[in-house]
Amino acid sequence: MSHPAQDHSANLESFPENARRALNDSQLRGALRHATGVIDERRGQAVERVACWQELRERAKTLKAATLERLDHWLELFERNAIARGTQVHWARDAAEANAIVARLAADAGARTLVKSKSMTTEEIGLNQHLEELGHRVVETDLGEYIIQLAGETPSHIIVPAIHKTRAEIGELFHRTLGVKDSKDPKELTAIARERLREEFARADMGISGANFAIAETGSFLVLENEGNARLCTSLPRVHVALIGIEKVIPRLADLEVFLRLLPRSGTGQHLTSYQTLFSGPRAAGREGPEELHVILLDNGRSAMLSDSLSRQALACIRCGACLNVCPVYGQIGGHAYASVYPGPIGSVITPMLQGVEQAHHLPFASSLCGACRDVCPVGIDLPALLLKLRSKVRQGSAGSGDREQRRAFRLWSLAMSGPRRYGLLLRALRLARPLLERPGARSRLARWVPPLAAWTAAREFRPPAGRSFRELWRDQEAKDS
Amino acid sequence: MKVSLFVTCLVDQFRPEVGLATVEVLRRAGCDVSFDPGQTCCGQPAYNAGYRADARAAARQTIQSLEESEAIVLPSGSCTAMTRHWPELFADDPQWRERAEAIAPKCHELSSFLVSVLGCTELGARFPGRVSWHDACHGLRELGIKSEPRALLATVDGLELIEHENSERCCGFGGTFSVKFPELSVAMLDRKLEGLQSTGVDAIASSDVSCLMQIEGRLARLGSRLRALHLAEILAGGAS
Ligand code: SF4
Repeated sequence: MSHPAQDHSANLESFPENARRALNDSQLRGALRHATGVIDERRGQAVERVACWQELRERAKTLKAATLERLDHWLELFERNAIARGTQVHWARDAAEANAIVARLAADAGARTLVKSKSMTTEEIGLNQHLEELGHRVVETDLGEYIIQLAGETPSHIIVPAIHKTRAEIGELFHRTLGVKDSKDPKELTAIARERLREEFARADMGISGANFAIAETGSFLVLENEGNARLCTSLPRVHVALIGIEKVIPRLADLEVFLRLLPRSGTGQHLTSYQTLFSGPRAAGREGPEELHVILLDNGRSAMLSDSLSRQALACIRCGACLNVCPVYGQIGGHAYASVYPGPIGSVITPMLQGVEQAHHLPFASSLCGACRDVCPVGIDLPALLLKLRSKVRQGSAGSGDREQRRAFRLWSLAMSGPRRYGLLLRALRLARPLLERPGARSRLARWVPPLAAWTAAREFRPPAGRSFRELWRDQEAKDS
Repeated sequence: MKVSLFVTCLVDQFRPEVGLATVEVLRRAGCDVSFDPGQTCCGQPAYNAGYRADARAAARQTIQSLEESEAIVLPSGSCTAMTRHWPELFADDPQWRERAEAIAPKCHELSSFLVSVLGCTELGARFPGRVSWHDACHGLRELGIKSEPRALLATVDGLELIEHENSERCCGFGGTFSVKFPELSVAMLDRKLEGLQSTGVDAIASSDVSCLMQIEGRLARLGSRLRALHLAEILAGGAS
């Protein structure tokens, strides 16, 4: 199955179909099951060793809420301090503005080859595609991202972009696209990628990164990684551009104490990532590093999320990916089925918030509301509550109109539920339907007219309503006793 | 203790024997059980599907019917969790909000009522067989119910509790989710049931009829002899 890089929003409609297709892809499900299982187990072990985990989560939640409350203040402070350190700060209202800024910087730098470290925010704005259309060469240098780029796909996980691929698939991909011999050995495959990427680092004119946190009081930002590729991306080329979502700002350097304990553990089960790099301005005289450092602060729908206390909660997300790994839906179908940049529980929440519920109306329903995501979220986001809020929003809009039958059914249902007499009528109607539901032949004929019954009985038996309801049995008993 | 039963609509219509068993268990625990036929549904099906106004209509009816009670017991963790959402459901209606806030803390899921409120685990039940417990999501993650049903099952004569590694995994029901995305719903369930047969259990038990319908429906289709039982049915077994 191939997942070409694409305009995501066009496919948000196709979630049910995508999910069905993913369920038939046993290779995908095998890879997912293995990887999400391993990562979640490591996360569990890492978390267990921190006695004050719940307290840390509370602190992070409070800190995030307080910061988002006055986000404009912290952003301005960040800008001022960044400029004071020689960083050039740009503001982008949306994806188009951000892309245009990067394109202008690339043109000014006369950049032909651009190297990138892993950044979901650049995925969000479709940066690679934009730059390639303008004739630049863009090379992803995170191993997972490199694989995805070679395959012409999009990341299917926010931390592990190639989580859906098996080793064998990657070996075959390298063989096909790089002309190397087919291999399944991760060491060999990594060595091949490393060798190729070294050449790219050496020839790159510009490096692009994201950031995990931007620190207002110092005007610096932090990048966490495990491969060292982000360091190369941001130190070898003459120009470094960092694209940062405005929600990434935190007030103080000391606040990292909380987040650095939460994020690596939640993301990969590591106590700390292999590298954490704090960027505070371009190179000083006589030192190494980029001559120019640019920060682009991206809004792209985020400030609109601030206006409502519920959607604001979703801006606290530190993109650890834990909710994806633990989600029983994501675990079955993977990230591509969502057809959104951000998949899984958090993707189902922020995609409709960023792109509109009309477009992403399926996603809030792509959950059984089991709550496993809420339990693991390191910043305590109540994801099921947000999904529920979005569901009711979908129903208020016109997007739900495709479900006109369902709307009518619930109207009838609520009538039946709002009085004992009417409820009694419903019981009687159910009783009448009983013979139809009990006989397999009659049932399958009935299912043709009642889609939910057909959906249920495709792989499950349906238990018909009881001959006598509880309330009738209770009445009988009372009559007997008196 | 005077206890009002909120039997829940699914039990009322599909598994009335679970309602009878709940009454039996509560009586054995020394409760004076009443049932008000004015009750209908907690509103959860509509609430989870995004139809808040319809959910309110059902909730109002049930609140009205039960609010005079001292304690209300439900044979369902999921519907009990819904009662905790009632205040939020009526956020824009101060009068009903107040009534919702007053009734919510009086609603108890059966196992937590028996263990935490009554402090009673020994009910003289007998059930010969090996049973695996399914921690239904809302009871587990919204109400924190985990040890209570186990404490009750531990005292059942003849019952052997087999802990299964997937006990906390979602069964894939999720209300309308189960028919909106049927293949996905069943795939999630199959993942949960994996390895269960090989543990040699005779039944999978839970405190939610919704999960049990999903589980038993699939087991029946697969031709399994495993039974799906409600906690109350086990606790009411073999009256002494
Ligand atoms: S919502 Fe929470 S668990 Fe999910 S990615 Fe964001 S921070 Fe991590």
